[in-house]
Amino acid sequence: MLKFIGKRLIQMTFLFFLFLSLVFFLLQAQPGDITAQFLDPTIPAENRAIIAERLGLDGSVWTQWWNYVTNFITGNLGVSFQQYPRSVIDVIAERIPRTLFLFTFATLFAYVLGFSLGKRLAWRRGGFSEHSVTISGVLLYTVFYPWFAIIMILIFSSGLGWFPINGFLTPELWRNAPFTGNEVFNQLLLSLGIAAVIFSGTMWFARRQDERSTARLVRWVGYGSALGLFVLFWLTKAEMRPFALNIVHHAILPIVTLSLIAFAGTMLLTRGAMLETLKEDYILTAQAKGVPEKDIRDKHAARNALLPVVTSFVLGLAFIIGGGVVTETVFSWPGMGSLLLTATVAEDVPVATGALAFIGILALLAHLLVDILYAVLDPRIRIQDAS
Amino acid sequence: MVIKEPDSVDVLSPEDPDALVHAEEELGESLWKVRLRLAWKAFKKNWALFMENKIGLLGLVIIVLFGLLALAYPVLRAVGPWQDDGIYDPVIGYDAPVQEFQIVATEAEVTDPTTQKDANTAQLWCFGAVPGDVCEIPLQPAPPSQGHILGTDPLGRDVATQLSFSTRSAFMLGLIAAVVTVGVATVVGSISAFYGGWVDNSLMRLADLVLLLPLIPILIVLSGLWAINLPLLGVLIGILSGFGGTAIVLKSQALSIKVKPFIDAARVSGGSNTHLILKHIIPNVLPLSFLFMMFTVTEAVSLEATLSFFGLLNVDMSWGIMLNTAQSQGYLRTGFEFWWLLIPAGLAVTLLAAGFFFVGRAMDEVINPRLRAR
Repeated sequence: MLKFIGKRLIQMTFLFFLFLSLVFFLLQAQPGDITAQFLDPTIPAENRAIIAERLGLDGSVWTQWWNYVTNFITGNLGVSFQQYPRSVIDVIAERIPRTLFLFTFATLFAYVLGFSLGKRLAWRRGGFSEHSVTISGVLLYTVFYPWFAIIMILIFSSGLGWFPINGFLTPELWRNAPFTGNEVFNQLLLSLGIAAVIFSGTMWFARRQDERSTARLVRWVGYGSALGLFVLFWLTKAEMRPFALNIVHHAILPIVTLSLIAFAGTMLLTRGAMLETLKEDYILTAQAKGVPEKDIRDKHAARNALLPVVTSFVLGLAFIIGGGVVTETVFSWPGMGSLLLTATVAEDVPVATGALAFIGILALLAHLLVDILYAVLDPRIRIQDAS
Repeated sequence: MVIKEPDSVDVLSPEDPDALVHAEEELGESLWKVRLRLAWKAFKKNWALFMENKIGLLGLVIIVLFGLLALAYPVLRAVGPWQDDGIYDPVIGYDAPVQEFQIVATEAEVTDPTTQKDANTAQLWCFGAVPGDVCEIPLQPAPPSQGHILGTDPLGRDVATQLSFSTRSAFMLGLIAAVVTVGVATVVGSISAFYGGWVDNSLMRLADLVLLLPLIPILIVLSGLWAINLPLLGVLIGILSGFGGTAIVLKSQALSIKVKPFIDAARVSGGSNTHLILKHIIPNVLPLSFLFMMFTVTEAVSLEATLSFFGLLNVDMSWGIMLNTAQSQGYLRTGFEFWWLLIPAGLAVTLLAAGFFFVGRAMDEVINPRLRAR
């Protein structure tokens, strides 16, 4: 297992450098000169040469490439043009947790919804419900995202008034707040992280139990302790609670929108994988044994159909990141996606390329995570790895 | 659409051109006639399978309807009711239907906002109007009327003309992207499968990378740095999506062709590598490519709309630009009051993309025997 992870890590590092070089050459190939972009055009040529030398732009393309890569590794991505004295890495560090929050929840919801709907669709093939769910699923998959997000805002925010129209927090509430938005948000992430670790730890432990009744007990203890710790965490922080709730209130509609956009892909894929699994002999055996229909669907077919769905996560990831950029922008959710767009429109090249590079890193890391998850889920991979 | 069943390789199959030459001698019939008949036979069989799939049929109907909408533009501009360039040009046309408003004293007295305005607001159009007067106000954006069946946009341009005009460019973009994708993916997949070794390895690692990259962020940065127009965008989408997942799938298809006996036969009879790839591998990979063309069109249509919604593309008019105009002028945040600015453009993008996706899925079920209902 460790060998497998190590091998993937090396591959990922290689891919990352390839990607970084791509970003660099994209920057190189852009029309015009980066030194000329925000400087007085009347500067004499010799002064311009000095500026180029100071910025490290006088060497050959390859030395510049080497500088870029080494600077990137040491965390030096330059200085933002738009928010001048701030370094790019500082701007990005502020935005990343918010994007991770949005993506994690949307991905989780999209996968759970897509998987449970997909297995039901394959089970009841050909009916009216299959056609209607498939058609609405595809429509959500191909929907024009910004348009869909605007319609969600019009219905749920301006129409029904359930959620704020956009943004990350309500400025009026925060005017005299004793905390900054990021402090509260980090606490929120911390509590969620603790709950997630406890939850997955007990789930892992429950899987190793042979006795079914103990496994169930361990699982319930897991649900209970994760939820209990989360509640306890926020009970001790009474003064921070209304502010955290304010952020969560702003996050609900973007998460729901992104999940709705993203779930259909998983649903269609689960359906396809289930249809193939249902033709296997062991399904027929289970039916002949008299196993209840629901058990055949959930325990025999869906369990095996899960594997291709998990692999497809890579494809879904690029999709959800693209949808996330749009969702963040329309909802003014200040994450990486809206940073990328505003920086691009304002021609803030260091921030735009930095954001693009970090979105790439995010995709690569998630890919690695899925690879490991896949190896854990599929025993066949482990056997091959051991031999 | 010619799609062959993978396991029904008979002597007359176009998979083996040499066999066809023999067939020509034996049958005394010209080669193209035999080919045409075989193609027609395969087409009929697959068409029957396709027609069984109601969702695919729905997609086809949607595409045909959009085709008619695209055709409507040149026809109606030339001979129909949209002849006036000053009014009906999708980019520079202008028209503001005039509506009469009754002036009342205060805003509270307005009982019907479509025919009444308070004196204070009316000063903007009719200076010095007093309650009881009638004021003529040019509407911009104007709701649907007889002259403008879908109303006008915030700049006084006809929405229906814009919609119809943009359909044509959406089709054009989709076509370019699809052809480039299939071209790139077929060549990359065939070469990778045929040569194997380091060529295969490096091409596939590159494909892995492209597959991982989120398209929208990259295209946002690209279109921010360069002035990208529609054909160029089509080529870019084509290259990016052709190099990624499509190339990987087509490579595995080409691999299964490479081990077929007729490849060995052609090699023994002295065929060069180029000949083998061009005459034997690529023609057999093509049917599967058509499937990916459909998905690429879906992708290209939504990507173009998204990018031009953000105002990043160098295009005069498209569905995305229509929404961008309405959004930037502030007509989308007020609810569904200005529905003709919101619904037609967004629905057009969604439906056209879905139409191609439906057809792609139905074709997938025809090509992939494991997904068939029977």
